Amino acid sequence: MEFLSQPWPWYVAGPLIGLVVPLLLVVGGKVFGISANLRHMCAALPAPEQLKPSFLRYDWKKSGLWNLVFILGVAFGGFLAVAVLGMPDAGASISEATRSDLMALGLTDFSGMVPAEIFSWSALASPAVLLMVVGGGFLVGFGARYAGGCTSGHAISGLADLQLPSLIAVVGFFAGGLLVTFVLLPLILG
Amino acid sequence: MTSKTIPDFECQDTDQVSSDGGSRDAGGGAGKDGLRLGALLGYFAIGTFLGVLFMMSEVASWFRIQEMFRFQSFHMYGIIGSAVVVAAISVQLIKRFDLRTLNGEPIRLSPKEWGSSRIPGARYWIGGTLFGLGWALLGACPGPMFALLGGGISIIALAIVSAMAGTWAYAALRTHLPH
Repeated sequence: MEFLSQPWPWYVAGPLIGLVVPLLLVVGGKVFGISANLRHMCAALPAPEQLKPSFLRYDWKKSGLWNLVFILGVAFGGFLAVAVLGMPDAGASISEATRSDLMALGLTDFSGMVPAEIFSWSALASPAVLLMVVGGGFLVGFGARYAGGCTSGHAISGLADLQLPSLIAVVGFFAGGLLVTFVLLPLILG
Repeated sequence: MTSKTIPDFECQDTDQVSSDGGSRDAGGGAGKDGLRLGALLGYFAIGTFLGVLFMMSEVASWFRIQEMFRFQSFHMYGIIGSAVVVAAISVQLIKRFDLRTLNGEPIRLSPKEWGSSRIPGARYWIGGTLFGLGWALLGACPGPMFALLGGGISIIALAIVSAMAGTWAYAALRTHLPH
């Protein structure tokens, strides 16, 4: 079991993640795309129908129940991994270069999956953390729906089907990510 | 033109919802009461498999996303790259051999639409860039968000609620945005 608790190498995890695409297609003709669930969750909210934009008025059970069950599985998988194999120590397994870059940004705690200095309720008092967690989450939801997909829908499903729009979206993902990493994070954390 | 309040490119993407609100699966339309328990258990199991992978490969880690955007390790590129290769080969095999779903329905993948904006592909590069800003700020994309929540990182719940707010804001503004 010991080796299973080590970070799983890319050449094991990557191909297995890729297999999710044909598995969903064969089980029920479903296209792998996780961010659609955010829309299904909004559509399922018990708000008066007239308050909902038309984009959120549809039969979410008919088109989205399978996907909501699927992400419930993803959450259960996250629980199972931690319960059986322990919380991965990702902060310890990143490269030395990344570690020193992040230390220069003021990070000191490299234990666990995510930095406790950002991902804890007490850290929310910091405006920078608020921007990262709340602002970041908002942009993930807005951008994914605007682009018509996220990492799973475009970078994996779309690229696998050789879709040019997906390639453009993925270039956008990286443009935004690089801007935050090299311009915004030094400004707000530095 | 005047009566077209909802553009016909709506959801020609991974939304899995057609403009009339119906299901938009790659599989055919027949027999899609869709709530067959066996299939739902299948989706749950595949999701569980994926959630374990997101955690144990550390794809769900903020640290790994930072490492990726700083080009300081091959790890994330190897994962995304090999996932795409395996998925692409699988999709080609499904097309080549005209494979069907377990239920016997044909499998069809619909191409992504270009939209009707004067700026070609506007939704993809503008939306994509906005998503990228969020991805790097939060250090997690939607799949890993749910895996982290299950793994006990409770504050991710706040990010998920924010992401729903972002989705709602897009829904409210979408007719004013270039697609």
